[in-house]
Amino acid sequence: MTETQNLTLVQAIRDGLHTELREDDDVVVMGQDVGKNGGVFRATEGLFDEFGGDRVIDTPLAESGIVGTAVGMAAMGMRPVPEIQFSGFMYPGFDQIVSHMARFRTRSRGRFTLPMTLRAPYGGGIRAPEHHSESKEAFYAHEAGLKVVIPSTPYEAKGLLAASIRDPDPVIFLEPKLIYRAFREEVPEEPYTVPIGEAATRREGDDVAVFTYGAMTRPTLEAAETLGEEGIECEVVDLRTISPLDREAVVEAFEKTGRAVVVHEAPKTGGLAGEITAILQEEALLYQEAPIGRVTGFDVPYPLYALEDYYLPSAARIEDGILEAVEF
Amino acid sequence: MFDRAYDDTVRVLDEDGEVVGDVPDLDDESLVDMYRHMRLARHFDGRAVSLQRQGRMGTYPPLSGQEGAQIGSAFALDDDDWMVPSYREHGAALVHGLPLKQTLLYWMGHEDGNNAPTDVNVFPVAVPIASQIPHATGAAWASKLRGEDDAFVCYFGDGATSEGDFHEGINFAGVFDTPTVFFCNNNQWAISVPRERQTRSATLAQKAEAYGIDGVQVDGMDPLAVYSVTEAALEKARDPETDRPRPTLIEAVQYRFGAHTTADDPTVYRDDDEVERWKRKDPIDRLESYLRDEGVLDDERVAEIESTVEARVADAIDEAESMARPDPRELFEHAYAELPPELERQYEEFAALRDERGDAAFLEE
Repeated sequence: MTETQNLTLVQAIRDGLHTELREDDDVVVMGQDVGKNGGVFRATEGLFDEFGGDRVIDTPLAESGIVGTAVGMAAMGMRPVPEIQFSGFMYPGFDQIVSHMARFRTRSRGRFTLPMTLRAPYGGGIRAPEHHSESKEAFYAHEAGLKVVIPSTPYEAKGLLAASIRDPDPVIFLEPKLIYRAFREEVPEEPYTVPIGEAATRREGDDVAVFTYGAMTRPTLEAAETLGEEGIECEVVDLRTISPLDREAVVEAFEKTGRAVVVHEAPKTGGLAGEITAILQEEALLYQEAPIGRVTGFDVPYPLYALEDYYLPSAARIEDGILEAVEF
Repeated sequence: MFDRAYDDTVRVLDEDGEVVGDVPDLDDESLVDMYRHMRLARHFDGRAVSLQRQGRMGTYPPLSGQEGAQIGSAFALDDDDWMVPSYREHGAALVHGLPLKQTLLYWMGHEDGNNAPTDVNVFPVAVPIASQIPHATGAAWASKLRGEDDAFVCYFGDGATSEGDFHEGINFAGVFDTPTVFFCNNNQWAISVPRERQTRSATLAQKAEAYGIDGVQVDGMDPLAVYSVTEAALEKARDPETDRPRPTLIEAVQYRFGAHTTADDPTVYRDDDEVERWKRKDPIDRLESYLRDEGVLDDERVAEIESTVEARVADAIDEAESMARPDPRELFEHAYAELPPELERQYEEFAALRDERGDAAFLEE
């Protein structure tokens, strides 16, 4: 029988890093405070003591340096797992991400590949200081050459992280920090992967398909349960990977219901919801029975925390969006 | 002042408050005022940490131990000079006129915390490390291009010297000879990463050499030394007659007594012995000891200062906590000079739902 541990999402990520460090000597973890300190969210706790400072590396405070040196390591065949402490601090490394991490394979016609996984906590709802709560996954989904993975359960976090680290291509692995410690799940101790690029159906329903990911999965399911009591059955699909998108799963859920709502905490304009809406009209126009709804963050800078509850899609806003699609 | 070796640290008072250098020309009342502000900053800091512990404030970055560098440097600024802070300069900003209430509101998650009175020349808090350094160069450059004679002090930490923005900002300052003083609060630790792991350079001050500007190291636990160095650097920044470069990089060697922020536990990565060693260099004790020896301070005056400091912080906390949760309209209010129609629509849709469902449907807790 497989041994399991009852872990939170952040503990499952730590366990995933531990497993991959143990399985493959080419894996290194690097970033600010990931070593001796064990990560500001404890995502690398104990790894420095077990694997040493050459494999769990405290770097200078320089995001471009962290991403850029990881690119160099990966080009030489290592599997670096750089951490940016908060996704809001990725921008000094943005040039390295879009100009190199995303393009090295293409530019070298496949000679150099970058099997690296850039981890960062993202998203709001934890009363954090300025620049610690943004949800900018669309930047990375927009960049060809990158895969963008966002787990929402402990079991899948470990499996998706392993799949990302083993993937021949660079992965941006965004961790919804609001649910880092929100709940626990049995997580196998042994190595396993959860495939990149596949969505998961969290709830079955015939009336409307609701697409979401990350921390928004929970309020979306909450809204779906509330509406279920009123006889409105939502099919809730957790995308898990936002690039490449699981078009098949998205289209299938929509064809089943003819109505759709997309929920994300990122701003509306240029967000993933627009992309999903476009896919549905490209592939399933004749199934459409109502305008496709978008329940998202507003198109404003993420506020300081006194206002963040208003900014984030709440179950109330999600319910309202679903009702609009259902009652059209 | 600027011709010394980079590791020839400028000092005025030693750890016991004995005079070991040139005492700056400050009258007794200014010295007492400096001391008062250091006590105010220390007391504010303790109260802020406890507010966070009680759930009355969000994550907060403490400054205890760094009052000598913050208050000493800020005292050297003229009212018209500008301060470009990072996120830990509550003490420096206070000296330059930023009300304590503003600092409290910012860390309590209110946008208004960044809305300084218009006559206070302090930039908004900059959280992304080193990102404010090019701003300070640009702002000083604007002043120079317009023929004004304001100077600019930019604060950042030892970790910031690893970022690209540090190098780019200071390089521009060198090339365009801007009136900027780059003030590095080297508190030895960037969260858990020690200063030695940021750079192999023996000092941070010597980084000035590469950009052709002046660099000087000062004892950051010595407020009088910090004042003297900053004063000289500001003077040089304003005065185009000198043949020296206007910009200066000051490395103020100091220590953060507490955590990086209230979310951090420094016992994981540094020894108590080290903390205790630095606490013996406490900038407040040092100045107090000097002022008592000079006969400027006595028990009575110190007691009076303590009580006014406590009252002032208590008043500021009352004032900040009496602010109501901002209206959600504030989310949209300052995104643009004029709200685009789509944003107006997003707000109205939300406001209608809020009217229908009530506030509680949107608030966690």
